[in-house]
Amino acid sequence: MLHALVLTAAEGDAPNPLIPADYDIIWSLVCFVIILWVFWKLVLPKVTTMLDERTEVIEGGIKRAENAQAEAAVQLEKYNALLKEARSEAGKIREQARIDGTKILNELKESASAEAARITANAAAQIEAERQSALVSLRAEVGSLALDLAAGVIGQSLSDDEKAARLVDSFIADLEAADASAVQNEASK
Amino acid sequence: MEFFPDIVLFADTPFAMNRIMMIRVFMTLVIVLIFWLGTRNLKLIPNRRQGMIEYGLDFVRVGIAEDLLGKKDGRRFLPILTTFFFMVLAMNITGIVPGFNIAGTSVIGVPLVLAAVAYVTWIYAGLKKHPGKFLRNALFPPGVPPILYIIVTPIEVISTFIVRPVTHTLRLMMNMVVGHLLLVLFFAATHFFFFEAGGLFSLFGVGTLAFGLAFSFFEILVAILQAYVFTILTAVYLQLALADEH
Repeated sequence: MLHALVLTAAEGDAPNPLIPADYDIIWSLVCFVIILWVFWKLVLPKVTTMLDERTEVIEGGIKRAENAQAEAAVQLEKYNALLKEARSEAGKIREQARIDGTKILNELKESASAEAARITANAAAQIEAERQSALVSLRAEVGSLALDLAAGVIGQSLSDDEKAARLVDSFIADLEAADASAVQNEASK
Repeated sequence: MEFFPDIVLFADTPFAMNRIMMIRVFMTLVIVLIFWLGTRNLKLIPNRRQGMIEYGLDFVRVGIAEDLLGKKDGRRFLPILTTFFFMVLAMNITGIVPGFNIAGTSVIGVPLVLAAVAYVTWIYAGLKKHPGKFLRNALFPPGVPPILYIIVTPIEVISTFIVRPVTHTLRLMMNMVVGHLLLVLFFAATHFFFFEAGGLFSLFGVGTLAFGLAFSFFEILVAILQAYVFTILTAVYLQLALADEH
């Protein structure tokens, strides 16, 4: 093909296609320079800037998401720690309450038993005092009674057993009546 | 001849214009308009139009520049590679655009200028990256027994510094020339069979028309492929010049 072209060129009027005409080179250069300038100075810098921005936006988005995730993890950890703390706190409070309850109960029990002991002691002391006073009055009365009995016995003739028994019986009845009246007097007082 | 139409403007000056020069200038304006308007208002979230522009630019940026040269050098040489790809693509595709019907790259000027730019660029890149060592390593490859340099060095001179730019130029130009000649052949034959031969020869015309259509689609593929090949070869030359062990 090349050979044929060269031959054709050599034969006649048509120029050799492998030898460029001056205007051919000039217009090729003009076109090339214009296109190169447009790409170099106008198109590619813009595209490069835009691509860089896009990359940044995408990477920034990824980074933001990562940050958010990390923050969420931190928050979760904090929350879990708080929960744990609260739980242990609650446990502590419960334990304390149980201990306090036991203590209060024990104290109450103690004071109650002390109160009971005090009441019992009071009662015992009162009974003893009453017993003492009864004993004292009884002693005085027994003395007079014995004297009465003795006067009675001496006043009567103790001829027979039957009379003596009657005497004792009446005496005891008197005694009981006196006692009853004394009790009645006491109660009415 | 098809590839040297009559001069229509500025005759006898260095800025003489024929049909093909006008096609080149027109396609240059198309590229400028598409990319200037397309990237005037870039959004982080692209709409459909910006998506297409970005797809085209990414094809060169990711698929060629960063893939072969890495991120740093890829970005350095991205303007030149992007220009090569879209300029060659736009001027190839006019070969099948109705009304133009000839590729802007089918005359030697554009392939030659671009190949020369590529040549200067990769030599410059190599000299700057490995000052002093670049030419020595290119002409006297390390690891070769010294006696063999008698053979190796002339081969390297011819293959690297002479054949490389020539093939770079002619591969593109000849693909477009041949594509154009094929289409001319098929459609001229179709015209002949239909309107001049007539009769049963019209049947041949159907065949040549079908082939012409098929090759028109094939030329779209060739146009894209050659733009890609031209650009990726430039990137490969740069990569070889920049390679560390070179």
